[in-house]
Amino acid sequence: MKEVFENEMKLEFISKSSNEAFARITIAAFVSQLDPNIEELADIKTAVSEAVTNCIIHGYENKQGIVKIVSKLKDNEIIIEISDNGKGIENIDIAKEPLYTTKPNLERSGMGFTIMESFMDKIDVESIVGLGTKITMRKTIKSHSENEDEFEIITKD
Amino acid sequence: MESNFYEKDKLLVFKITNEIDDCSVQKIRGRADYEIERYMPKRVVFDFDSVTFMDSAGIGLIIGRYKFANMIGAKLEVTNLTQSVKKIFDMSGILKLIPVTDLTIDKRSTKV
Repeated sequence: MKEVFENEMKLEFISKSSNEAFARITIAAFVSQLDPNIEELADIKTAVSEAVTNCIIHGYENKQGIVKIVSKLKDNEIIIEISDNGKGIENIDIAKEPLYTTKPNLERSGMGFTIMESFMDKIDVESIVGLGTKITMRKTIKSHSENEDEFEIITKD
Repeated sequence: MESNFYEKDKLLVFKITNEIDDCSVQKIRGRADYEIERYMPKRVVFDFDSVTFMDSAGIGLIIGRYKFANMIGAKLEVTNLTQSVKKIFDMSGILKLIPVTDLTIDKRSTKV
């Protein structure tokens, strides 16, 4: 019987924009255990970067706070929860609309949620005004199972 | 980021060498606007050949520079888009507005 692969990590850092690169590189290193291809890795890094940027710019509005990331690997799927204790989102449906931004003066494109939704398989947003926001993203690493098949063929020979 | 201005063609080229996110974009923006105002080019080209990462901050950066270039009567173009950069630009629709060009620089053109 095939054993289910499981792993988990937690990360906390202060809401500085220089930590955006730290966060996406850390998640990239963690998911590398599932052997993602270059495109899957780029998609995950971009989605993490968008979510963390949202915590810093919108959740905390550049004031100091803590951004938390919990990530799990289960079989060939990565689950990433990114949360803040910032101001929260009043209307999630409007916030998710492409090109919608509350900060056009900062040259924000309003594409953050659209990118997260299209680069990951599924995203869930939970938010309470005044308490914070948690984003849960999931992605199945398809190249992972392909690699396993290749490996099996080789061992049969 | 490297920038080169070619006097003969009034061409200003920015070669972005950083990862593009909300953090790095603030520096890139300041530098680009300064150089555009300084040289008053007719053509501004952003070269993405060395960009290893870009998130949606790159969309805001290019739309912002497009507007600024327009204001001084210059055309903005992008070149050498990597696969992941193109994927993000495609999603935003900005490539309908901003041409992707092959950048060939006249060797006789003098760099300033």
